[in-house]
Amino acid sequence: MATTVRQEAPDSAADAAALLAEGGRVRIAGRGTRAGWGNVPGDPDLVLRTDAMSEVVEHNAGDLTAVLEAGVPLAEAQRAFAAAGQMLALDPPEDPAGSIGGLFATADGGPLRHRYGAPRDLIVGITVALADGTVAKAGGRVIKNVAGYDLAKLFTGAFGTLGLIVTVAVRLHPRPPEAVTVRARAGDPAALARAAGAAAHHPLEADALDVAWADGTGEVLVRLSGATAASRAHATAQLLELDAEVVEDDDALWAAQRARQRGELVVKVSALATELPRVLGAAAAQGGTVAGRAALGLSWVGLPADDGAARVERLRQALPGARCVVLDAPEDVRAALDPWDAREDPTRVLMRRVKARFDPGDVCNPGLFLVP
Amino acid sequence: MDGGLTDRLRAIAGPENVLTDDDRLATYASDGLLHYAARPRAVVLPGTAEEVRDCVRACAQAGVPFVARGAGSGLSGGALPVAEGVVIAVSRLRRVLEVDLDNQRVVVEPGVTNVEVSKAVAPDHFYPPDPSSQIVCSIGGNVAENSGGAHCFKYGFTTNYVTGLEVVLADGEVVQLGGKALDTPGYDLLGAFVGSEGTLGVVTKVTLRVVPSPAHEETLVAFFPSTGDAGDVVSDIVSAGIVPAAIEMMDALAIEASEQMANAGYPLDSGGCLLIELDGSAEECRARLDEVLNICGRHGGRDVRIAQDETERALLWRTRKAAFPAAARISPHYFVQDGVIPRTRLSEVLRRIDELAEEYGMQVANVFHAGDGNLHPLVCYAGEAEAAKAEELSGLILTACVDAGGSLTGEHGIGVDKKHHMPKMFDEPDLAAFQKLRCAFDPAGLANPGKVMPTPRLCGEVPGPYRVHPLERDGVAERF
Repeated sequence: MATTVRQEAPDSAADAAALLAEGGRVRIAGRGTRAGWGNVPGDPDLVLRTDAMSEVVEHNAGDLTAVLEAGVPLAEAQRAFAAAGQMLALDPPEDPAGSIGGLFATADGGPLRHRYGAPRDLIVGITVALADGTVAKAGGRVIKNVAGYDLAKLFTGAFGTLGLIVTVAVRLHPRPPEAVTVRARAGDPAALARAAGAAAHHPLEADALDVAWADGTGEVLVRLSGATAASRAHATAQLLELDAEVVEDDDALWAAQRARQRGELVVKVSALATELPRVLGAAAAQGGTVAGRAALGLSWVGLPADDGAARVERLRQALPGARCVVLDAPEDVRAALDPWDAREDPTRVLMRRVKARFDPGDVCNPGLFLVP
Repeated sequence: MDGGLTDRLRAIAGPENVLTDDDRLATYASDGLLHYAARPRAVVLPGTAEEVRDCVRACAQAGVPFVARGAGSGLSGGALPVAEGVVIAVSRLRRVLEVDLDNQRVVVEPGVTNVEVSKAVAPDHFYPPDPSSQIVCSIGGNVAENSGGAHCFKYGFTTNYVTGLEVVLADGEVVQLGGKALDTPGYDLLGAFVGSEGTLGVVTKVTLRVVPSPAHEETLVAFFPSTGDAGDVVSDIVSAGIVPAAIEMMDALAIEASEQMANAGYPLDSGGCLLIELDGSAEECRARLDEVLNICGRHGGRDVRIAQDETERALLWRTRKAAFPAAARISPHYFVQDGVIPRTRLSEVLRRIDELAEEYGMQVANVFHAGDGNLHPLVCYAGEAEAAKAEELSGLILTACVDAGGSLTGEHGIGVDKKHHMPKMFDEPDLAAFQKLRCAFDPAGLANPGKVMPTPRLCGEVPGPYRVHPLERDGVAERF
């Protein structure tokens, strides 16, 4: 095992591409957060960081777009946008070091996804450094554009296995004025899911619609903004048919909810929205907590780390129709199971073909992802 | 010469569903872009997903290129046949397979029209992407083109609503991309497929997300001294944090044409008009409507008309959507252009279009989705003799869009029509990266060849994975 691994933080796309073209095994680390997600990879020959590519290249306030280098910390970009009353509508759990590149490479996010979509929905253009030493771009910097293939979506969520994201062009949104949150409690997963479902099918125009579950009790959280948020909140509270309150100062409440997406052992469950009661029940049976996007069918299940691999397997068995991807986890858990919950099928064969075209030498993050 | 392919297609889809005589092939020679035409060797109309798969397999075995076709309403020549290739028309695949409102999903076959999706989930839900051709265009075509529409500024595009696809790859293999649930582990091949213009395979099943219908809508038109003033209104609305469901602009010539067809009683002496729609809770809509009216007033807005009922709302929309067909009343021949610009560059680009129109001695009517900067200049010309000149003018308008930081196309696609413009926006390494994706899906290049990419390219073999030789690792030898 190597004692000191070579580290590089190139300051240009061309330099990054040249480093990839050298071959070997390159760990694309970004700024080093979310390093514990995916398979346990072998030792790399080179760790590629994006610290030296950290410029907000453009903020076109009038057009609600921006171009950002991969190494820009999300928090720093948000401060720049907030000065113009705008935001990038992606709100993963707080982490001062977390970068834009890492956010898009892992397709992470938070409660705002309910209204504004995922990273794939907000990226409008991309520049990437590829293993063949070239720098390629796709998309553009306007919000509507169908010229060429949508490689921005392909690289979003690819965990750096197709190449290094160098810059992203994103769509911004106006920062909503005064927001309030309706919080309703239930001790029964079915009642909680029913209330969340009622909110999901009502044209509330909510900014976020989450559920939380811990220690045998749960909450539905509905965030509303706009000039009429307060009065809509009261109507929403009635719609939920649960014991509900309206929280005006709600930032801490949402920070806590987002923090539930991180932990010693966290499994992201992709399911149908109607499976929420089963997800809550399965999580509870393994001693877990849940933070869920109720209308989207996505849940983050926090599990106790002791006997973690067995708990993950039991969760998967209880949710046969869902996909359960392990995110935060101790190395021994990640080594004991397939974190990606991958299925061997023709689609995975196609994914391998995509990887083989972009990175035939398996240079970029080898061993990390569910292909090759 | 056919290698029995046509007979094979007859055996798969039934002889009555394979067209080979010239008269019937003529219907399929072009899509909505009529100045390109080509004669395929056969058109096959499969009736099931399995038949589509078998047709693709037969083409792959014979090494014959194929073009998938939905309703044929595309405006970039994306469904133009390959000469002597096969057209696989999915117009018989028009079943709504599943409506799952509990999960806000609909599963349809690719030949289902756009408007039928909204009908299937009405009245409590709707499917937001709404191209002007929505009563005829197919979901399969929408997926191929990543279609937009007037409500996309707020709601997003086709790609934001497709959660799952069943795709027949060019070698006949069937893959499932995504599904009813979100975030399938692995590469976002779904995102890469939507908008790939039929070059990555044929869609046989589409799973779409639908959303709750808004509780309330307010729709208005207002008229302004110039398109510049109207553009300022759009900027002010957006910077006030208002996200209208739609915000559409027409210039004087487009108003004149639409009025002749729709007879909405629009004044003909203004420089431009805006159609603005707000949706959401009744309370929020009314609050926003007051703000919008104030902004319009500040920029010389007049003759403001707020739709009082659904009939009037439909009339205002009909007038806007009539703009393309109505242009034929001003000029029997015209090209519809589709470019995108950053919204803040609107006045400057419109001035450039005016200059070009004057220089070429031609009329250009402008219709646009103003919220997202998607321009549809209609370049009017007198007859065939002027067609080449009009096409040149149309191309220069695109150059102006790209130079302003925009795009060659917002919703119509590259197809054959714009492929030679691709180098204006993309450099060689970009095109080479596109080709990597194309080759992963279709190494033989049989799915809709000759579209999107500016020049024909071959795929070649994937190089074997690079392996470090033990001598290299030990520092004994180097690789050159």
